[in-house]
Amino acid sequence: MKKATPFSTALFLAALTAPLTALASEAPAAPKIDTGDTAFVLICAALVMLMTPALALFYGGMARSKNVLNTIMQSFFTVGVVSVQWALVGYTLAFGPDINHVIGALDWLGLKTVDGQPFADYSATIPHYAFMIFQGMFAIITPALISGAFAERMRFPFFAAFVLVWTTLVYDPVAHWVWGVGGWMREMGILDFAGGTVVHILSGVSGLVIALMIGKRKGWGSQAMVPHHLPMTVLGASLLWFGWFGFNAGSALGANDVAATAFITTHFAAAAATVSWAVAEWLVHGKPTVLGAVSGCIAGLVAITPGAGFVAPLPAVIIGLVAGVLCFYFVTVLKTKLGYDDALDAFGVHGVGGTWGAVAVGIFASKSVNGAGADGLLAGNPEQLYLQVLGVAVSWVFAAVMTFLIVKVLSCFLKLRVDDAQEVQGLDLAEHGERGYVSDGMMAGSPLASASEISLAAAPLAATKPANNI
Amino acid sequence: MKKMTKIEIITRPDKLEPLKDALVSIGVAGMTVTQVYGCGLTRGHLEVYRGQAYNVNLVPKIKLETVVCEIPVDTVLETAKKVLQTGQVGDGKIFVYPIENAVRIRTWEVGDVAIIDPKE
Repeated sequence: MKKATPFSTALFLAALTAPLTALASEAPAAPKIDTGDTAFVLICAALVMLMTPALALFYGGMARSKNVLNTIMQSFFTVGVVSVQWALVGYTLAFGPDINHVIGALDWLGLKTVDGQPFADYSATIPHYAFMIFQGMFAIITPALISGAFAERMRFPFFAAFVLVWTTLVYDPVAHWVWGVGGWMREMGILDFAGGTVVHILSGVSGLVIALMIGKRKGWGSQAMVPHHLPMTVLGASLLWFGWFGFNAGSALGANDVAATAFITTHFAAAAATVSWAVAEWLVHGKPTVLGAVSGCIAGLVAITPGAGFVAPLPAVIIGLVAGVLCFYFVTVLKTKLGYDDALDAFGVHGVGGTWGAVAVGIFASKSVNGAGADGLLAGNPEQLYLQVLGVAVSWVFAAVMTFLIVKVLSCFLKLRVDDAQEVQGLDLAEHGERGYVSDGMMAGSPLASASEISLAAAPLAATKPANNI
Repeated sequence: MKKMTKIEIITRPDKLEPLKDALVSIGVAGMTVTQVYGCGLTRGHLEVYRGQAYNVNLVPKIKLETVVCEIPVDTVLETAKKVLQTGQVGDGKIFVYPIENAVRIRTWEVGDVAIIDPKE
């Protein structure tokens, strides 16, 4: 190491202390990275990332075996597409410098000027990078949630294009309205702690619209369409519950009291809804089902999301209990009556649960829980309930109209739905050329020379006879 | 003893439910169904796993077997045709066999009575 001369050392010390003393005399709230907060938020970001593959399992188990891979791929591929979109344009549209309270400016295109220093407008104690990637994980799971509504029938190219366009034109703006500095919902005081509106209402309502546009699955009502692997669904739901702690507690953006509140309200609501859905089903259909219990926990998690950091534990239990029964009623009774094919109940759970949760914030929120929140109806502030209902209504209309337009426009360029023969064969083979099961035994097939020598695009469903075996 | 005939239908898996319903509607109450794999004019498909391509020649089918004696064989065939014929390769095959004898194990009734549904 080079030896420093006394002169240069003195100069260095002076340079070091000058800004420090200047800071101390002025603003004490200069952004400084807190290691605890940063560690917490980065881990939470990883937990939220895990939720999307968990959703893949949750949905995959509910699909029929011939569509399991396609259903899983719709979630898994979304992790890829939306992550890239987020780095390029998504983050700046959602959180960039505000334009007219509606959208973020393109100043941070390609994450330009976003760096490892804290950005005090959003989070003064963690690197801007940490905030950005945590938010990115939310953008990822939202379009993946929609896929439950149109499962087992959408062409994959259409799906990929839809996810990209929907994230850019629907998710990013609404995320800006609710969470972006200057966003109009945030300025009005509409509360959404971790994304009841942005994530769950948007995905649920968009799912309903697409389910209506794409039509029912072939054989709906006449053929059995039952989950092919419920243990997989239970595994997915459990991982979702686990990841949701990152989703909600992490939304405090620090390892603090609000994070602890969000953690426990999340858990109690999920638990309460698990019980209430299963019991409701027990009373109505005679037996408590495993699918009912895990659907209940997801309904509870969805419903507590907007209020997780704003309500006390007992209201969280009530929110969960109501969510379980409400979503059960929607999925088992109303859906059948209305006759739309929301295959894996994206709307019934996320649309309905998210709506109830957003409204519930207006009822149960309390400043004694979180001073940065607001008082709700029960704390003597009916105004908040009105604000929440307004937020819900606008989100519903925006999601429905935009999704309708996106599907209409994309349909001009891409085919929306697989044809009948492919639907019967299953989307795993038709869209991906793979099967989830039975890769050995009678149906193993015979190896061909190599894939590169075979034009996949040219190969019809019925391939030619086996070429030279190796 | 009336003549007994076994009808074996090999066809597309998704036709099982409509076929079952149609057979029940003409009075064929008993049947045995098996999941099978087969090939014919349908030549299978290509699958690729990490670059290695496989030609999968056998495709999933269902095999439905039933034995009739009171119901005319032609009625069964006509019904099957209505449900199953799409005109595309892969519709399947029907085989008709004479049956020599039959036993209902529970009561040890032998012959046509073994397969005739008891009239209430």
